Amino acid sequence: MHTAPERYDVQAILNEKYDVYMQGVSVLYRVPRERFSGIKEYAIRLLQRRLQYEDFWAVRDVSFQVRSGEAFGIIGRNGSGKSTMLKVIARVLMPTMGRVVTRGKVAPLLELGAGFHHELTGRENVFMNSTLLGRSQKETERLMPEIIEFAEIEDFIDAPLRTYSTGMIARLGFSVASALRPDILLVDEVLSVGDSHFQEKCLARMNSFRAMGTTIIIVSHNMNTIESFCDHALWIDHGQIKSIGNVREVVAQYTG
Amino acid sequence: MTDEIQATKEIYDSSKRPHPLIEEFLTLIKYRDLLYQFVSSSIKTRYKRSFLGVIWTLLNPLLMMVVLTLVFTNLFRFAIQYYPVYLLSGLILWNFFSSTTIQALQGMILSGGLLNRIYVPKSVFTFSALGTGLVNLTISLVPLFAITLFLGMKIHLSILIMPLAILLLAIFSLGIGLILAAAAVYFADMLPVYEVILTLWMYATPIIYPADILPADRVWLLKLNPMYYLLQVFRRPLYEGVVPGWGEWAIAASVALAVFIAGSLIFTSKINEYAYRT
Repeated sequence: MHTAPERYDVQAILNEKYDVYMQGVSVLYRVPRERFSGIKEYAIRLLQRRLQYEDFWAVRDVSFQVRSGEAFGIIGRNGSGKSTMLKVIARVLMPTMGRVVTRGKVAPLLELGAGFHHELTGRENVFMNSTLLGRSQKETERLMPEIIEFAEIEDFIDAPLRTYSTGMIARLGFSVASALRPDILLVDEVLSVGDSHFQEKCLARMNSFRAMGTTIIIVSHNMNTIESFCDHALWIDHGQIKSIGNVREVVAQYTG
Repeated sequence: MTDEIQATKEIYDSSKRPHPLIEEFLTLIKYRDLLYQFVSSSIKTRYKRSFLGVIWTLLNPLLMMVVLTLVFTNLFRFAIQYYPVYLLSGLILWNFFSSTTIQALQGMILSGGLLNRIYVPKSVFTFSALGTGLVNLTISLVPLFAITLFLGMKIHLSILIMPLAILLLAIFSLGIGLILAAAAVYFADMLPVYEVILTLWMYATPIIYPADILPADRVWLLKLNPMYYLLQVFRRPLYEGVVPGWGEWAIAASVALAVFIAGSLIFTSKINEYAYRT
């Protein structure tokens, strides 16, 4: 059910109401076998024809599809390729082989606060982070009151970020990233930040997105989160699909 | 939700992407507000915690000018009229070029792995280096004109053509910056190598010395230096009070455009690899 058909086109996605298609996706990292970091060394190695690379397939021949409006979990051990897969969906990494098709606005909720600047104020950082997500200055201005309110940092918004606690930064990060409902939300192990009150707020917001039709893909080590939130799940191991389907079955196989 | 609405959603298909050059250009336009954010934050953070703040941008070339004027007019006895103006116009131009290209070189690396976390136009770091450089260049034009007037030199209407010279210089710096940014992803020691090149390049360009001190059989060296043409079209309107001729503009513009095109092609040819390596 979740493995993609052999051939498909964009029209099929529109007709069949899928939001994410992965077909035969592989991601290859080329790691130089011997460490060389500089031009000089590179030139020497090149002359000696000693430039050897280690090929590392982070994701190997992965095909699956995610239905519009569903919550889809990705589980697996550290380094199994979970985050790499999210990066392929988020267009950060171009797959070495295979094809990725997504429909709609993709919002990554990866590593909250990436791109935050500690000398700038909270407000300035909101502008920075929001435009990093592809929004315009104007749109951010419009969203600003809501972002500040959700993050619960009204009194500190014009103080430099270096005066913030880790929890406050995480709150601001989530608030900015989730200020607009995307069509596809990518969540990479971020629900572990902040206190339980804020975690609940985050979950509530994600649930409301889902109720409005957002497709959610979650990467997590927390099986409770996965089981309570997702409809379907994918277990990936060494870059390859181990199991895919109903969330309970997949989690049972993974933990069993 | 009707199918019609759904059909208008943006579709991304990794197998049907436009040419990287076109894609990069379109994405950069879409992310123009991010570019503005990068420029304004780099300027804000530069001045925020420093006591003298923006004064440094004014003072730095002035102090440099004082030192070099003392050294060169006393030691080497350059017989150049209004030497401080000659020197400062060259220095400001060179500062712009070197700081823009160095920032471009470091930009993608120092972005703290932004590139492999979020989808952003990869050239935004290079363009923001240019934006920052242009702001600082504009600020440092103030002491340049102040010194010119202070020394009693006449300012001619020809200076109205200077923005065109700055535009060409910006295009040139962008081209070099894109090449350096691409190279910096692959080679960790790009910065020290480039700094040596910059030093050599600066002394090969008539910034602190007059062009005519070169022996006749070395003048060809000058003609090979693209920076020489860009410097001439920038400096002559102020220092000589003349608008450079068509020939000079043609060479400067061709050099700038050629480097920019080369830079764009080199940068985009490897564009899908950057996120794998930063």
